[in-house]
Amino acid sequence: MAHLGTHVALAGTALVVALALGIPLAGLTADRAWPRAVLLALAGGFRVVPSLAILMLALPLLGLGFGPALLALVVLALPPILVNTDVGLRSVPRATLEAARGTGMTERQIGLRVRWPLALPVVAVGVRTATVEVIASATLAAFIGGGGLGDYIVGGLQTSDFSELLLGAVSVALLALAADSALALTQRKLAI
Amino acid sequence: MAEGGARVELRGVGVRYANGTADAVHAVDLTIDAGTFAVLLGPSGCGKSTLLRTINRLVEPTAGTVLIDGADARARPATELRREIGYVIQAVGLFPHYTVAENVAVVPRLLGWDEARIRERVDELLGLIRLDPERYRDRRPRELSGGEAQRVGVARALAARPRVLLMDEPFAAVDAIVRASLQDEIARVHRELRTTIVFVTHDVDEALRLADRIVVMNAGRVVQNGPPDDILERPADDFVRELVGVDAETRRLALERPLIER
Repeated sequence: MAHLGTHVALAGTALVVALALGIPLAGLTADRAWPRAVLLALAGGFRVVPSLAILMLALPLLGLGFGPALLALVVLALPPILVNTDVGLRSVPRATLEAARGTGMTERQIGLRVRWPLALPVVAVGVRTATVEVIASATLAAFIGGGGLGDYIVGGLQTSDFSELLLGAVSVALLALAADSALALTQRKLAI
Repeated sequence: MAEGGARVELRGVGVRYANGTADAVHAVDLTIDAGTFAVLLGPSGCGKSTLLRTINRLVEPTAGTVLIDGADARARPATELRREIGYVIQAVGLFPHYTVAENVAVVPRLLGWDEARIRERVDELLGLIRLDPERYRDRRPRELSGGEAQRVGVARALAARPRVLLMDEPFAAVDAIVRASLQDEIARVHRELRTTIVFVTHDVDEALRLADRIVVMNAGRVVQNGPPDDILERPADDFVRELVGVDAETRRLALERPLIER
């Protein structure tokens, strides 16, 4: 149970940090050509770097344990959040925004009442993707002493204990599936 | 806000876009009397939409002044100005996450009306544009036909009793039969409310059908401004003659055929 707790804490913290960074960042760059290009390039870059590599790169800087594992997971969670927030905001029809401006809404009101609510379903898809990826990848934290359900897998591998390995793998899969279904439900509620 | 219309005056209004070398609109002087149904008519790219959008400051003129009932449009915040000017666009732009009633209520909410007054006004407006409030109030925009959606667009624009209503090719995207009925509706609404309407179209028939005054534009300038009869009978130059001449022929023919074939 301690492993499950660490796993959830690790994945949860990584998600919260990625959301807190990613959503405002994508919101700020969505209408600015240059910053947006940089952001999307970064998101693309993050996406292709294997999380294990980030984990190993973080080792000399942050040492062993929870910290570097968290960093690697945040980097992993950011791309779908950044890209979906960007796409969501930019897919709001121009006519809708033009009409909103024409009614006399301030830019702030347009954002809060029209643009963000309409972007939300697309953002939610990104959050869902990020959540599943982070829960699955938090397994890797065990390799650098970050703990979590990956410890069963690492332990199982070292001692060739197949049932221990299976316990780790199945519980990670169940956790990811549970989170995914919960988010799928929320997403359906957001649909317009 | 009182019923009736406001006088709209453009004095030397010019628009030059930051990247453009030519002016989109060139020193336009135009007075639209209170309660007039004015139609800005011209080919696409002639600057008529740009000129329209200077009135509610969606486009800021780079030269000249817009006056509404004598008051400089720049004298107060653009958002405040826009809440007193109705705006209808071709793409309608209803808010898809709002119901019909919530869409119509947007401007009254921005103005802080109380909920009872808003509810009453929404039903009144749906009645005005002939959509049964009971049936339509709680629908979403995606459940409406193109014609119904644009009726709601008009209701939204009229919600806070604006004294000026701007319409940018509002009926260009619907089929001919629906367009004809929407034209009838807006003509009737104008007769009832006497709101000043500034209506942009490239459709000569539509202009002749609706306008008290037609303002013909070409290449960013006003080339003729007068009642429909004048435009037909005394076109100011070859451009206007060609614009209405060809269409006047078709129009005469079209009028002899039943509506459904138009």
